[in-house]
Amino acid sequence: MSIDITQFHQTFFEESFEGLDVMESGLLELDIGAVDSDVINAIFRAAHSIKGGSATFGFTNIATFTHAMETLLDEIRDGNRAVSTEIVDILLQSVDCLRDMITAQRDGEENDQERIDQLQKELDTLLGKEPGKDVSKQHTEDETGVENALPSEWIISFTPQPHLLKTGNDPALLFRELQSLGDLEIEADTGKLPPLAEMDPESCYLSWKLRLRGDAITEEAIREIFSWVEDDCDLEIRNASSEVRGGEKRETEKTEERVGEKGAPPKKPGKKPLTPESSSIRVSIDKVDTLINMVGELVITQSMMGNLDGDFEDFDHARLEQLREGLSLLERNIRELQESVMRIRMLPISFVFSRFPRMVHDLSQKLGKQINFEMSGEQTELDKTVMEKIGDPLVHLVRNSIDHGIEPPEVRRQRGKPEMGSVHLNAFHKGGNIVIEISDDGAGLNKERILEKAREKGLIEEDCQPSEEKIYELLFQPGFSTAETVSDISGRGVGMDVVRRNIRELGGNIDVTSSEGQGTTFTIRLPLTLAILDGQLVRIGRETYIIPLISIIESLLIAPGNINSIASKSEVYKLRDEYIPIVRTHELFGTRADSDNIEEGLLVVIEGDGQKAGLYVDELLGQQQVVIKSLETNYQKVDGISGATILGDGTVALILDVEGLIGMSRRPRGNKAQQEERAVA
Amino acid sequence: MASILAVDDSESMRQMVSFALKNAGHTVVEAVDGQDALARAKTNKVNLVITDVNMPRMDGISLIKELRNLPDYKFTPILMLTTESSSEKKQQGKEAGATGWLVKPFNPDQLISTINRVLG
Repeated sequence: MSIDITQFHQTFFEESFEGLDVMESGLLELDIGAVDSDVINAIFRAAHSIKGGSATFGFTNIATFTHAMETLLDEIRDGNRAVSTEIVDILLQSVDCLRDMITAQRDGEENDQERIDQLQKELDTLLGKEPGKDVSKQHTEDETGVENALPSEWIISFTPQPHLLKTGNDPALLFRELQSLGDLEIEADTGKLPPLAEMDPESCYLSWKLRLRGDAITEEAIREIFSWVEDDCDLEIRNASSEVRGGEKRETEKTEERVGEKGAPPKKPGKKPLTPESSSIRVSIDKVDTLINMVGELVITQSMMGNLDGDFEDFDHARLEQLREGLSLLERNIRELQESVMRIRMLPISFVFSRFPRMVHDLSQKLGKQINFEMSGEQTELDKTVMEKIGDPLVHLVRNSIDHGIEPPEVRRQRGKPEMGSVHLNAFHKGGNIVIEISDDGAGLNKERILEKAREKGLIEEDCQPSEEKIYELLFQPGFSTAETVSDISGRGVGMDVVRRNIRELGGNIDVTSSEGQGTTFTIRLPLTLAILDGQLVRIGRETYIIPLISIIESLLIAPGNINSIASKSEVYKLRDEYIPIVRTHELFGTRADSDNIEEGLLVVIEGDGQKAGLYVDELLGQQQVVIKSLETNYQKVDGISGATILGDGTVALILDVEGLIGMSRRPRGNKAQQEERAVA
Repeated sequence: MASILAVDDSESMRQMVSFALKNAGHTVVEAVDGQDALARAKTNKVNLVITDVNMPRMDGISLIKELRNLPDYKFTPILMLTTESSSEKKQQGKEAGATGWLVKPFNPDQLISTINRVLG
């Protein structure tokens, strides 16, 4: 009945990565000089678990490496070793190394043995140990007792202390175990049994004399059976034939034998790589319970509707009412179920945030800047897919803040600021969106320099004096970088344009506000989930389109007097105090609207990237939640369209890409412009 | 077959222990730390407790002490999972009232043969 323990490897890898994160953040939190016992305990526990697990699952190299770390941590924990920056540094490096080792194990790849050996040596040196001592070698097979392969007879005198039963040990079970070794004669001594009135039923008053006969029974084997109780009893083991062979001498040795070490050594994982990393998700039991409750509700509704089944010929009004009720219940159930399922994909953003303290620590050291890094809203939940993709843009922004935003200490001092700069990462929910802010109290954006640079790069006209908002917008243009020196930290050619593109791909957007000398704040808004969207259905000609509800500001009847045609062929609409471009969606897509006369339709005012446009539609239909299907995977990318969905009647409706449409509308109408647009995309 | 409380803060260890025990026909209640285990032990009388030692919130040693104070668990076998480096922990565990121990690393077969020792 052997169990294949490789099935638990994936879990081990996942929890080890989590443990490493705990260690890393703990190490960064550790105050040199005054060690917080909770923090060091958490770090120790994580190392301890990784060691235990890796040994159990046969990853000897990981166990050996972690053992050295654990020993060091244990000394710190017990107060036998002071924490120094050097130790923290080595431990941080070890955490990195361990992460790579576990990744290599998971993916069946080779380790960077040189690096492991180097770190192991440093750890061993710190521990004052001869390098190369291996934990796994501490319990090599100890094959003794081979010479006893002869008929043997043992006399065992076993006198438990009164409290033995309270340790959960049962002499009868010990005897049963002895019986598995050979023939057992049991003789109980009831001499110490007190009168019934004085007897404590929870105490053990009996003692036993046992005679065990069998082939090749070693003393170790017997001692091992008694190993758990040896401190709770008087035990004497005599070899009945010892007079002949003199085996008595060994009695005092080897009492340290332990159960778990015997038997087969842990299975070697071998060369076979594990199945490719399968993406899994950890879900709290609460969420699963909610889901089960929802399904329960559904079943109830189903049975309720089932009662309506039967003769539909004479379906009376009362039952129709019941049916309607059932349907509305069903609708509610499904919505709740959908929300619960969606919630399963939601993870706290701390999964992404957790990597930052380390990054900031390393960066600030490298740049010689002092940074007070704060995070808040780590528990804000976000869809797993969004989470996976937001990491890199955030890294870029935080790096930017530290590299370009925060000034060096001496400059800060001159400017009358505290030498320690602060960077704040914050996440929160706001109106169906998740907002992430990265703010710093650094130099702020230099508008003059941005303009200069933009002119140099030919991004704007020489004489153009754009508004503040437009200037910041320039930052997101491809190829724009204001850093005077291109460092290896940020400004590696991957600019803010890529950051923005990544965020837009997630259906989000990014804004910046800044005040010179005071700091900069980048604000990212993301949808909670990528899978479902609240949409407004609109009809243009024979097509139904969906506009994300979040992008719609208002819908209005077109007042002819408010339409202005300007230069070339662009049309703008006067919306109160501003002019917004009119987008004739059907022309962009090459379809037909009910009428070419714009006055007969409606204008849906949409906003994206801080810019507005009016979308010309024939009719507004209902609002509903739609499941987003990718157009790219099923067909190909189409400008102005972000995806598609299937409506209740089975037809496909396209979801409009609001930012894309606004971008298209900003260019003059006409085929040439459209072609250019495609070429750019 | 017995009902067994398996306590470990490491999910992979818990999964393995639990799987091996279930495979051997036992009923398993899982707990993620001492406090969780104590609460579950109170609502669910089990025949055997297998606990890790190093855990957050309440460690294995404290759990054993707490369990031994409950009338229901006065004589219940309690095994602890320890690593070879902690003979001191074994001593502490014994003093707290542990029945015995199982040394990590162990494999499922060793686990099963060990628990058979304490299940009547």
